[in-house]
Amino acid sequence: MNFFYNIGKYFIMLQKMFQKPTKWRVMKQLILKDTEDTVVNSLGIISFVSFFIGGVITIQLALSTTGSFYPKYLVGFATRETIILEFAPTIISIIMAGKVGSFITSSIGSMRVTEQIDALEVMGINSINYLVFPKVIALLLYPFLISIAMFLGILGGMAACVYGGYSTMSDFILGIQTDFIPFHMTYAFIKTFVFAFILATVPAFHGYYLKGGALEVGKASTLSFIWTCVTIIVFNFLITQMLLG
Amino acid sequence: MIRVENLEKSFHNKKILKGISCSFKKGETSLIIGQTGAGKTVFLKCLLGLHDYDNGKIIFDNIELNKIDDYDKMNLKSNIGTVFQGSALFDSMTIEENVMFPLKMFQDMKMEEMKTRVNEVLKRVELENSNNKMPSEASGGMQKRVAIARAIVNQPKYLFCDEPNSGLDPKTAIVIDNLIKDITEEYKITTVINSHDMNSVMEIGQKIVFLKNGVTEWQGDKNEIFRTENKAVTEFVYSSNLYKKIRKMYLKK
Repeated sequence: MNFFYNIGKYFIMLQKMFQKPTKWRVMKQLILKDTEDTVVNSLGIISFVSFFIGGVITIQLALSTTGSFYPKYLVGFATRETIILEFAPTIISIIMAGKVGSFITSSIGSMRVTEQIDALEVMGINSINYLVFPKVIALLLYPFLISIAMFLGILGGMAACVYGGYSTMSDFILGIQTDFIPFHMTYAFIKTFVFAFILATVPAFHGYYLKGGALEVGKASTLSFIWTCVTIIVFNFLITQMLLG
Repeated sequence: MIRVENLEKSFHNKKILKGISCSFKKGETSLIIGQTGAGKTVFLKCLLGLHDYDNGKIIFDNIELNKIDDYDKMNLKSNIGTVFQGSALFDSMTIEENVMFPLKMFQDMKMEEMKTRVNEVLKRVELENSNNKMPSEASGGMQKRVAIARAIVNQPKYLFCDEPNSGLDPKTAIVIDNLIKDITEEYKITTVINSHDMNSVMEIGQKIVFLKNGVTEWQGDKNEIFRTENKAVTEFVYSSNLYKKIRKMYLKK
């Protein structure tokens, strides 16, 4: 019962997010700040993770496709498919649920427990619009982050493959180019936009409606991570079934 | 002026406010007092529009709170200044940015004009040269002053303070009390303070509303509170021997 109550509350929050908008002069600054906090500050970790996981995926693929039966370009082909279809949009989003999601929950949750949200409300400010909307807009740049993750993942895979001696550069590049379906990119970016919206709103919901003190902020961050991951995984399945199934 | 008529509010079928009626005049410092659990905070939150109430009326200068839509409620709230118990300053902003915040949100002023207004208000609360400090670098008393400055920067019609001197030493508490009283008279604001500090009652209580079990048990001013024979009020206000002696001395006079 509580589950459905919270889903209803979440949609009411989304509706309120578009009511009585904050002045553009203020909103512009909030969007820039949130872009820095959520997107720009995640560049380092996303680049690092993508490059090395790309390498690991390639090594594992190369080791399990030895023998003359497999074409030499298969490693590059499989790396590309894995990274574009699943690793970059979904796994990176789960990493971001931990990094950005818990940041959003704890920052909004701290404002709740220290009455800063009440202060906004009694001033006549739509606190949901003020706090959540700029994060949604900032995360519209999330596909840019995923593009970098895709590029660095494949680059990491290529580096591991070539320098690890599993394949040649030309075979790997041939694999990347083989049977490329442009719609897979569209599918990946549709997923990314949906995940960006989930990444901004689900953690914000957990922070905004938090009750209690400092301990509850920690608990809400953990809970928000779990629910963001669950939502991403469910939507990943639904979108994949709808677009590729 | 704020008029409250027969206000009722329940949580989970438990009635917290059972019919509060009182009024708060413009240019006057009014205090809501009462024991813990009397319903002071719930009453204040109803006045601030943070809680919806079940029955009764809250009328802000002919505007009834429950009869206006959300948009008009937001506009009404832009005429309200609030000082929270824990100050509720935005901790990621400097003192100057905190005080400037209501101006940025509700006024179309240039940056220079806003800075001038902020400096005026900071001077009024005796906080010159603290513009670039973060709230975490300020003492409890300073934080209260910043909260007062933020509450009055937009020249509100109504000022609500929730225990403005809790956690402060007696000297600073009196300074904050007098600052609120002076500002109320100077700017002709309707000020309502939620307090259980008897020093505040004696010092600035131009109107005192005593709540007991969710109803208005007694109303009067700081002189009347010395003379009242209401048992609930005398038991609450004169619970310490010091205040009992003060009362005796006052009545002898």
